[in-house]
Amino acid sequence: MMLNLFLEEGSGISELELGLIEVAYMLSALLFIFGIKRLAGVRTARVGNLYASLGMLVATVATLYLLWGGLSMWVLVGGAAVGTILGGLLALRTPMTSMPELVAFFNGMGGAASVMVSIAQVILFTNALGDGSLGQTMSSQVFKLPSGPIGGAPFAVAVAVSILIGGVTVSGSLIAYGKLSGKINRNRFGIVGSKALNAILALSAIALCWYAGFHTHSGPAILLAHFALTLIAITLGVGLVVPIGGADMPVVISLLNSYSGLAASATGFVLQNNLLIIAGSLVGASGLILTRIMCKAMNRSLVNVLFATFGEESGGSGKDEGYTGVKSTSADEVAQILEGARSMVVVPGYGLAVAQAQHKVRELADLLEARGCDVSYGIHPVAGRMPGHMNVLLAEADVPYEKLFDLDQINGEFKNSDVAIVIGANDVCNPAAYDDPQSPIAGMPVLDVWDAQTVIVIKRSLSAGYAGIKNPLFERDNTLMFFGDGKKALEDLVSEVKDL
Amino acid sequence: MSFLALVETGSTQAGAAGNAVPHTIIGVWILLLAIFIGFELITKVPPTLHTPLMSGANAISGITIVGAIYCASQGHPTMAKIAGFSAVALATTNVVGGFLVTDRMLSMFGKRGKKSAGASNK
Repeated sequence: MMLNLFLEEGSGISELELGLIEVAYMLSALLFIFGIKRLAGVRTARVGNLYASLGMLVATVATLYLLWGGLSMWVLVGGAAVGTILGGLLALRTPMTSMPELVAFFNGMGGAASVMVSIAQVILFTNALGDGSLGQTMSSQVFKLPSGPIGGAPFAVAVAVSILIGGVTVSGSLIAYGKLSGKINRNRFGIVGSKALNAILALSAIALCWYAGFHTHSGPAILLAHFALTLIAITLGVGLVVPIGGADMPVVISLLNSYSGLAASATGFVLQNNLLIIAGSLVGASGLILTRIMCKAMNRSLVNVLFATFGEESGGSGKDEGYTGVKSTSADEVAQILEGARSMVVVPGYGLAVAQAQHKVRELADLLEARGCDVSYGIHPVAGRMPGHMNVLLAEADVPYEKLFDLDQINGEFKNSDVAIVIGANDVCNPAAYDDPQSPIAGMPVLDVWDAQTVIVIKRSLSAGYAGIKNPLFERDNTLMFFGDGKKALEDLVSEVKDL
Repeated sequence: MSFLALVETGSTQAGAAGNAVPHTIIGVWILLLAIFIGFELITKVPPTLHTPLMSGANAISGITIVGAIYCASQGHPTMAKIAGFSAVALATTNVVGGFLVTDRMLSMFGKRGKKSAGASNK
């Protein structure tokens, strides 16, 4: 950051103090990096989060110190109070099943903050520029304000990028929030011509970026152009996320997470602040990696998730494809099987979370473990509504994390297991992914539950999962279907096992 | 050394347009290196922790709070102050909420060790 400007403006900050503030920003960046590093281990993760929040505190205090004399208190204290109360209440009150919505919502707030910071900078610039009598554009005129230099070509580009990414993040995240919380139609619905509309919006956004930064000469016109850009970015975010199905939300929120970081980075370029660039890039990278992991888990490309026709192709097909040779079972029969089992793998799906049955699963596992059965959990990356969601839900139910295994770790273990119990999951254990090259999920990595001696599927009915396809697993010789609501079925099972 | 010199000349030069360019170039270097560090760090996070990772990262993206404080200057026109107020409120929501909820999630991962130890003692 061009902190030296503060010296030139004679704001009462000494060179030493400026140096210390720069050091504080460096310390903050290091705390973010070490914080994320510690998030890699279950035991160290909580400390890692503490490091990161400490980094944020250091950065905030340093910035306040730098600007203290000239700060408008109602803006600062009022804004901080609103944010603390809103953020705090949401963070402490939201149930764990709603984590994806909450993360989407916070993402949106971050994106919106970036937009607002950039808009404020545009206002400052237009205020300094005036009515256009100078004949200068945002790209050709630089003003040195107490808060830093504004203007110039890089500034104009950074402002536009920050508003564009930030705007898409805000509305995209809020739509994702709506879909995840069921306030908006979860399904992928194709608005006629939505792709063409999005293309037009994207092109006009890019044209506006150029126009607003490089072609407009008067203050009011520049301001108006940036407001228009903000509106278009917000509309584009809506247009991009509305057509995406609820089941693809793990990819979408990962991607929006990445965007919120990139928006912060762009804002760093606007303010010439390295800390914003670093922190934003870390988040951008994190979101991109998670996006890639989620796409891999669904065996789809990002382009396919964002623009494609997955739901349209397979929608409705297979719903009434007849199942033959399905064996249904009852609680006491399952209890008999579990009595002799020495090893069991639980395969939870989102249905488990919907039924709020995590605690019952743990109760069953405790009973079986007391009888000498080894219980582990096989978790597909898209088992929840965001990456790692199922793990958090099971953690809430006191399932020890050592017992949670991901796809690669557990797949070799099924053949050594007496029982695999599938609860509220469908597509993630569909053998058609391997056997049927024509299947819409062909090639998707799935859990090989059928390798277990006996597979018990707890499910309401034979209805299809989100992919809308038949699951041949239900017809296998070693599969028993235990029809019923996940929680009720598990309650019955727990009481049967207790009676053994 | 040369890095500092570049920053120094960039910010003190009289040519106004000239001073923004060096920072942008340095900024792009920083961006690339930080993305690289991010990739290296995050590929090591196990799937179990992906949700807390995402909400923690999300809180870190609230670093925009620094930018928001920049917008809270007394001398700014009212419209900029309104934008500043919104920016502070939004960024604070992101930061406070993000770190708190991450801690809440991670505390559940921690408590299991104690509880299962307690259970085995029974």
